[in-house]
Amino acid sequence: MSANNASDHPTVSDRLAKNAMRNVSERLIELLLFAAAAVSVLTTVGIVYVLVSESINFFQNVSIVDFLTDTQWTPLFDDAHFGIMVLVSGTVVSSAVALAVAIPMGTVIAIYLSEFAKPRIREVAKPVLELLGGIPTIVFGYFALLMVTPLLQKIFPELPGFSLLSAGLVMGIMIVPYIASLSEDAMRAVPMSLREGSYAMGATKLYTAIHVVVPAAFSGLAASYILAISRAVGETMILAVAAGMQPNLTWNPTEPAATITSYIVQVALGDLPHGSIGYQTIFAAGLTLILITLCFNILGQWLRKKFRENY
Amino acid sequence: MQIHDQPALKAEARNLNFYYGEAKALKNINMPIYDKKVTALIGPSGCGKSTYLRSFNRMHDLYPGNRYEGEIRFYPDNTNLLAPEVDPIEVRMRVGMVFQKPNPFPKSIYENVAYGLRVRGENNKRVLDDKVEQALKGGALWDEVKDRLNDLASNLSGGQQQRLCIARALATDPELLLFDEPTSALDPIATGAIEELVHELKKRVTILIVTHNMQQAARVSDYTAYMYLGEMIEFGKTDEIFIKPNDKRTEDYITGRMG
Repeated sequence: MSANNASDHPTVSDRLAKNAMRNVSERLIELLLFAAAAVSVLTTVGIVYVLVSESINFFQNVSIVDFLTDTQWTPLFDDAHFGIMVLVSGTVVSSAVALAVAIPMGTVIAIYLSEFAKPRIREVAKPVLELLGGIPTIVFGYFALLMVTPLLQKIFPELPGFSLLSAGLVMGIMIVPYIASLSEDAMRAVPMSLREGSYAMGATKLYTAIHVVVPAAFSGLAASYILAISRAVGETMILAVAAGMQPNLTWNPTEPAATITSYIVQVALGDLPHGSIGYQTIFAAGLTLILITLCFNILGQWLRKKFRENY
Repeated sequence: MQIHDQPALKAEARNLNFYYGEAKALKNINMPIYDKKVTALIGPSGCGKSTYLRSFNRMHDLYPGNRYEGEIRFYPDNTNLLAPEVDPIEVRMRVGMVFQKPNPFPKSIYENVAYGLRVRGENNKRVLDDKVEQALKGGALWDEVKDRLNDLASNLSGGQQQRLCIARALATDPELLLFDEPTSALDPIATGAIEELVHELKKRVTILIVTHNMQQAARVSDYTAYMYLGEMIEFGKTDEIFIKPNDKRTEDYITGRMG
């Protein structure tokens, strides 16, 4: 290399300097991004820490066996019982009612939007449907209490003013958009070549939708169902408003009952002394709720992996 | 109107025009498809060969804005496949298709082959077992998969998947089988297997094959049609087209001066 060349081109140290600047800004951006990611992880860690530490205090006073097997939940009475199954039953029944509405309805809507609807209808229907998912749940709660319950009472006159059935039905309607929208995305991601293969065999649209598109999109459908379950299990306001808040160990949807979430609302609104056993039940109930949702999330991950299609 | 040294007609395009919306993709095509023969469609990309092929099983009906003009006569019953009163599903019951990229359904090998039979309402286990075996043998895949019929079809190799798609199409005994560049996604060995299979299949079914590969057209077909810009430039026996084309444009394409 002659000296002439060196003056024409940036010297090695010039280039290095540029690189150094670039590396610094790269590092900075990386750090910023890391910090953003860390906030959400740390929040989760913090929540779990608080729940677990307060729950440990709780379980020093109440044995886990009692917690899981007692058939009464009366933490604020003089004769206190701490049977979480009472609240779990309310959560399970209301979620089951909601899913019984939301999964079939959401799936059918998704099939319609993805396979049958003309593009113009889909362009209008999908945003409107998603709007339904944006309605505050308190509105749904009063809709259940003031519209759906009286309607149901015309059919079942014995139905009480608060019931898991009414709250669950409305919760199902609330969840429909989540299932419909996610499932539709999953079905639309199924390549056209698969549908053409089915049509070329002489299959109708419906046959193709049921036998080719739905199985091909199954991992996406499963993911939407799992999300719906998590939503249902964690839903609070609708149940607090329309399902009644008295703890009631029941598997009958026509009865009123408290769920884990509505219990937490109820107790948190009262004035419980910090550190009392009643206060600690909030955390034990919250931990139970998180464990339930965690199980479903793990199940969802597993389903996704198991049924993932490579097109 | 059968000429004595020519085989029977299976289908015939008559004054066929096709439009994607306003765009005219096929221009006045007239062409015979002979029974139990392999007819190859060659031509540069975008010349309309796939469009033409997909008219035979009315695939264009799936998308809005497409329009046919003219006829595709189907023999021996002399039905016009393109007539509006003819149900495209009926057409597809008689005309099978194999696609460019293997597209097995997300089901087992067995269920893939049984698919067309189930569509036709066949649910008898014995009949299905028998037809699935016959079809897989027809697709030269039986020996490779007979011990794992319940495996997912997506676990097969690309070449096996394409033979599975052929078996799937064969299971319903189509009268005409359409191949849309069936080997363009396959390696040379898998391609060879498919070509051999096409050769074997013409004993029982009429075949129309679109190919980008002129050697392939020369190897597998009895008749060849050269298409260019939506027009049928030349149609004839494969030997004649490749050895002594009549049209300058065909010659240019075949000798590699164009396309």
